[in-house]
Amino acid sequence: MSPAPLPRTPRLLPADLARVGLAGMRSRPTRAILSALGIAIGIAAMVAVLGISNASSADLTNKISRLGTNLLTVSPGRDLFGDSTQLPVDAIGMVRRIGPVQSATATGSVPGATVRRNDRIDPLASGGIAVVAARTDLLGTIGGTVHSGVFLNAATSRYPAVVLGSVAASRLGIDRPGGQVYLANRWFTVIGLLDPVALAPEVDRAALVGWEAAGSLLGFDGHPTTVYERSPDESVEAVRSVLAATADPQNPQNVQVSRPSDALQAQLAAKSAFTSLFLGLGAVALLVGGVGVANTMVISVLERRPEIGLRRSLGAARGQIRLQFLAESVALSGLGGAVGVVLGAAITAGWAAYQGWHVVMPVTVLLGGVAAAAAIGTAAGLYPATRAARLTPTQALSTV
Amino acid sequence: MKTPPVTDAGVDTADPVIALDRVSKTYAGGVHALRDVSLTVRAGELLAVVGRSGSGKSSMLHLMGTLDQPSTGHVLVRGHDVAQLSDRRLSAVRAHWIGFVFQQFFLAPGRTALDNVAEGMLYHGIPAGRRRTLAAEALDRVGLGHRMAHRPQEMSGGERQRTAIARAIAVRPAVVLADEPTGNLDSAAGAGVLSLFHDLHSQGTTIVVITHDPVLAAQLPRRIELLDGRVRSDSGVGVVPEGAPR
Repeated sequence: MSPAPLPRTPRLLPADLARVGLAGMRSRPTRAILSALGIAIGIAAMVAVLGISNASSADLTNKISRLGTNLLTVSPGRDLFGDSTQLPVDAIGMVRRIGPVQSATATGSVPGATVRRNDRIDPLASGGIAVVAARTDLLGTIGGTVHSGVFLNAATSRYPAVVLGSVAASRLGIDRPGGQVYLANRWFTVIGLLDPVALAPEVDRAALVGWEAAGSLLGFDGHPTTVYERSPDESVEAVRSVLAATADPQNPQNVQVSRPSDALQAQLAAKSAFTSLFLGLGAVALLVGGVGVANTMVISVLERRPEIGLRRSLGAARGQIRLQFLAESVALSGLGGAVGVVLGAAITAGWAAYQGWHVVMPVTVLLGGVAAAAAIGTAAGLYPATRAARLTPTQALSTV
Repeated sequence: MKTPPVTDAGVDTADPVIALDRVSKTYAGGVHALRDVSLTVRAGELLAVVGRSGSGKSSMLHLMGTLDQPSTGHVLVRGHDVAQLSDRRLSAVRAHWIGFVFQQFFLAPGRTALDNVAEGMLYHGIPAGRRRTLAAEALDRVGLGHRMAHRPQEMSGGERQRTAIARAIAVRPAVVLADEPTGNLDSAAGAGVLSLFHDLHSQGTTIVVITHDPVLAAQLPRRIELLDGRVRSDSGVGVVPEGAPR
């Protein structure tokens, strides 16, 4: 007699695998929720960290690109003996003649001048506000805007008129133009208040008077203390290389050239360093969650030995048992991951709304969160699933 | 109900479903559960393996059911040496050719009788809809057509065991191995299960009942008595109903 042909060895249908994987969770929902919670917290932390840092750096990048990175400033440095130097009076004109330069302007500090709310206030209580002579084209070059009132023009530049930076205005307690302030022992009319200037924070703390008025009324010597210059993005480096020599051809070594947007870029870099740190903490939380899932799965395999024995007797191969427990572990972590992603996205959206940022939630982060959870689930389930598969049918059945 | 015995010639032509050829089973620690056992189960038989606890009958069930491998000797299921088959192949053999009935029923508590029986065909590559159809048929065959939507906790012990039997016979395996099927049942329910075995036998199902109960064994056409891992007596090939398959 010849042996009967062996039966075929079908695979588990995907729908059946999914059902079998979810069955364990359904039979012990509390335990499933608790162990998925660990993963959810880890994923939520990571998604929120990534989301918030994305939103905040998008905000900063946006700000940088709005302000432009093509602003360079020239200021006097110190000479060999440590004494302050001066820029030549015609530095602006010389900088303006560099080929790619689109605009150049300057401020010049008026030494010894203070500004006060009125003449009764102690001259020493200057509040850190500098009196600065400004060219009429200052705002256009540094990207500043007028909060209220007007900026200096060719006419008001000749008269005792002053425009206050945002910090200066609040320190003087002035919230609208039209009043007068006591500046270098005479009354000046406040004609305008400025918004904060991101690329030139020194302007925020300044009381700006016209270049001509500074010369005629305050004894300003006409030497600029900061020259602001803008050029097209692609020629910034070229301009930078010749700027010092152009501004002060006789003593180029005494000139400091800087790029204000560098400070914002550094802020961006600092933020990303913090993001890595928090991301690391999130990863630790996720790891702990993964250990929790592995723990749950090990217990589940121990408890369900009779079920494993029954399934083996019903014709489940070792691989199918392994797959069942892996599927359960992935489902457990995947559930946690999905909840975590939603939670993390909600935290990000809430924080961004609170900060007034645009919500930037990259799809890769969301998908990555679920994928990371599934990967953790696979890793966590591997050992318990292998243990379940390694049980012989007789061992599994004899535990009852 | 029972069909008359067939001739010796008829029995000879019936294929051996399970053959044990000089099988021994020794467990780690030197326990000899079976010693040099040879026996053949032919298609259409209803037989009892009877013995006290420790006589090796559980080991025999595991070997017959391909749940375990012999230490020496050969176990053949429908002509295939179990030792030669991979885990995958062996699992398919269990799925398609062997139906198990356990003392503890092993029914999933939260699921209906129909779901429990259908779950038994999970590893056969049968789509879910077809599984339910076959499960319903099997429940009809064991007389539980009216209890399909009931969960195990809503059923009596006898009904639970009949659900487990339905799961075992749903794909019409070559042999049903029943391990103390009446062990958890009162005598009335036990008699019901036994009568169900006789019915299924008369329809051609091959059934091996492992039991410690000589009274139960006495009601079956063929009895193999085990003592200390050896076959003490074999009543010989019993009744194979006429019209049995193969």
